[in-house]
Amino acid sequence: MSETVDQSTVMPAKVETPLQRFISDFSDNKIAVVAFVVLVAIIFIAIFAPWISPTDPYDLAKVSILDSKLEPGTTSMDGVTFWLGTDSAGRDLLSSIFYGLRISLGVGVMSGIIALCIGSVIGLIAAYYGGKVDTLIMRVVDIQLSFPAILVALILISVLGTGVDKVIIALVLVQWAYYARTVRGSALVERNKEYIEAATCLALGNNRIVFRHLMPNCLPPLIVVGTVQTAHAISLEATLSFLGVGLPITEPSLGLLIANGFEVMLSGLYWVSFFPGIALLVTIVSINLVGDQLRDVLNPRLQK
Amino acid sequence: MSLIVFVGVNVVGDPVDMLINPEADQAEIQRVIRDLGLDRPLHEQYLFFVGNALEGDLGKSFIFGESALKLIVQRIPATFELALTALILAVVIGVPLGVYAGMRPTAISSRTIMAGSILGFSLPTFWVGLMMIMVFAVMLGWLPSTGRGDTVEVLGIEVSFLTLDGLSHLLMPALNLALLKISLVIRLARAGTREAMHQDYVKFARAKGLSESRVILVHVLKNIMIPVVTVLGLEFGSLIAFSVVTETVFAWPGMGKLLIDSLHNLDRPIIVAYLMIIVLIFVIINLIVDVLYSVLDPRVRIKDAGQ
Amino acid sequence: MSADTPTLDVRELKTHFFTKAGVARAVDGVSFTVGKGEVVGLVGESGSGKSVTGFSIIGLVDPPGRVVSGEVLYNGQNLLDLSDEGMRKLRGDRIAMIFQDPMMTLNPVLRVDTQMVETIRAHDPSVSKTDALARARDALGQVGIPAPDERLRSYPHQFSGGMRQRVAIAIALLNKPDLIIADEPTTALDVTIQGQILYEAQKLCRETGTSMIWITHDLAVVAGLADKICVMYGGRIVEQGGIDDVLDHPVHPYTRGLLGSVPGHNTRGQRLYQIPGMAPSLLNLPEGCAFQARCPRADSACRVEPEITKPVEGREVRCFHPHLDRNEEVGA
Repeated sequence: MSETVDQSTVMPAKVETPLQRFISDFSDNKIAVVAFVVLVAIIFIAIFAPWISPTDPYDLAKVSILDSKLEPGTTSMDGVTFWLGTDSAGRDLLSSIFYGLRISLGVGVMSGIIALCIGSVIGLIAAYYGGKVDTLIMRVVDIQLSFPAILVALILISVLGTGVDKVIIALVLVQWAYYARTVRGSALVERNKEYIEAATCLALGNNRIVFRHLMPNCLPPLIVVGTVQTAHAISLEATLSFLGVGLPITEPSLGLLIANGFEVMLSGLYWVSFFPGIALLVTIVSINLVGDQLRDVLNPRLQK
Repeated sequence: MSLIVFVGVNVVGDPVDMLINPEADQAEIQRVIRDLGLDRPLHEQYLFFVGNALEGDLGKSFIFGESALKLIVQRIPATFELALTALILAVVIGVPLGVYAGMRPTAISSRTIMAGSILGFSLPTFWVGLMMIMVFAVMLGWLPSTGRGDTVEVLGIEVSFLTLDGLSHLLMPALNLALLKISLVIRLARAGTREAMHQDYVKFARAKGLSESRVILVHVLKNIMIPVVTVLGLEFGSLIAFSVVTETVFAWPGMGKLLIDSLHNLDRPIIVAYLMIIVLIFVIINLIVDVLYSVLDPRVRIKDAGQ
Repeated sequence: MSADTPTLDVRELKTHFFTKAGVARAVDGVSFTVGKGEVVGLVGESGSGKSVTGFSIIGLVDPPGRVVSGEVLYNGQNLLDLSDEGMRKLRGDRIAMIFQDPMMTLNPVLRVDTQMVETIRAHDPSVSKTDALARARDALGQVGIPAPDERLRSYPHQFSGGMRQRVAIAIALLNKPDLIIADEPTTALDVTIQGQILYEAQKLCRETGTSMIWITHDLAVVAGLADKICVMYGGRIVEQGGIDDVLDHPVHPYTRGLLGSVPGHNTRGQRLYQIPGMAPSLLNLPEGCAFQARCPRADSACRVEPEITKPVEGREVRCFHPHLDRNEEVGA
């Protein structure tokens, strides 16, 4: 019966480019579309923070201690309205959040990209050469993945010390194993397909086969893992910064803003850590939602 | 592993600068350095450390002047109490919600549960902790915000959950720590239930005339508990690791808070000892999960017994 | 209840599946009766609606399927009017079911005794655990399982496929039901085991007077077992009657096609008959007779739904062009 059902439900072939099809599949889920729009807005804010922020929270000449601990919506003597209030140093929270997003996203995305590159190359090497190389690499990956990311990050930070570069290195070292495993998995599937055999028969160089033939086919799962991992990296960086072992005070990410708010929260100044947290949450949730939908759309098994 | 940690920790910073009174004279500094063994070359310090470690001595804390191992072991019960409570909360809250969502995958209530679980995955633990303190401790004043409360000694171990005060201190941090795992359990239970509901054995159980509650509570639940318990067992290690964050937020006097304090103070024997112990805990947890798995799944149990 | 009330009387039963691709009329107006102690063979290809008929009777059609109309009279009472709880009380007690794949029907993480005792206690909580265990042991012995005491404490994966099916049959027998619906219980088993299970089933029906609906695609199975046969095609019963009568003198072209495609002694060396084409999708059955596209006798008359006729005594057929010449060669 199943065969006949297949036959009878064959749709008339629509002429659609892969991109159009991807867009229409993605738009099936309205929540994901909203998340995508929010994410684009967040990225826009992060990139253009210095130009769109109401004030520069780190220009000491403009920040006045007299404006400290103002409630959301208060207007200062200079006529600036602090929509989200100010912190204990008198900085406008909205502007701080814009700048914080810039740092948090920057660190998260940069570590994500570096980890993706390193992890993919290692994963490809494992898949392409197989044997002992593969065993060794995957053993390291397994050991690392059996430890929670926060613990690995704490170990690395305790080894490397703090600082922007150290945090990025730690985040890269935490993430690379996920990429390596993903790439190896899909590369192993692709490697046994005929077109790779054909490429090998044509005596194409190893590099060419790996990067021109294997790599593009590993991209879809990589994109999905990439979005989820970037969200993780942002969350992890915020956690480390909150614990005081992440970014230095000179680079105030969202995690540091929240930590600053923690100090004054018990005296009722809820907004100082509430709003940066909301910004962090919205960022992570929208990345995760977009990632979820990407996974559904890019998963060939679920394709209609 | 121990080598990486040891060498790494030792190049982080110079504990001498932090520990010694800046007004101390040169002789005083020399004496402290010699006492702490910091004057020897690094490889000698490492060999010294390994030798001692094998005898159960992981060095003395620079700050407290006590055995690092002892300091950490003292803090283990608090952390374990927190992590175990979180684990129980994850099962007690996560399994019913997940099973419910799995039984009615299209119902609005189920979709709400799943949306909540996505949110639970995305929420930064430390921020949720702060918000909990703000709402329940600062605004409503229902629960205390920090510390462990009154403890009772049971078998020589201090525990909080047996006193009302301790319990009220335990509730928020445990729930905070459990949040991520609740989301995880909901997903696992939902996926397992959805799969089980389509299995013949569930249909056969219904064909036998069993009540719906027995079908779900016995036939479905027993099957989905296998992956849930396995995953949660493995996640217990991650609970202990993440308790670093929760303990810092709620000032819970466990080993995680000690680690963060030590990182700030560059108290490297404690850092090294913590990492050694956490690795040991992970190894033990993996062993226990293997045993648990075979207890739960008769297929594994009998195969092993036959070998 | 008069003496001649059949144990089960299915009337114009319709079960449809409301899928995204459209409505699949899996069962579309099926009527038949099962007398006391009678064994009815429900025969058809995959997707003919025979299993769905079985599940409709016992009230376990999975969504998006739903019984749309008709009556299922059990001892004169319409089961479709019963509440969920009323139906539950009947299931496994008065009407039991055996499934196709014995590897899947027993819960892998529960011991056999648990799965048997719960069946008894679901219908009579007053039975003590010891008594229930004793009954379970007897039932296992009844279906020919050696060392039942020991076997009770085993898990399903410790049994072979044939043994598991015996356990499933034992579970079905536990409460001495009036009717057993067996959904291809031997299909997944080896031929020798199949024979044993069939033998046991037949013996048990004779001994206990239990009625049975045996769903299968295998005519040979039905031939040795059933008193009556119902041939299903495209959600309808196209021919029904006494087992020997139908097998010897099939009237509907589809039944003839089915019989012709079974290899036998006298067909040796000859090319086996094949029914041309494939079973139609239940999502878009043709107007009129479902078999018309594959039927050698079809003509324009078949575009209208054929009514049930009784061309021969004791036979019901849905066909405009039945084979009424009794001497005609089967499979021609």
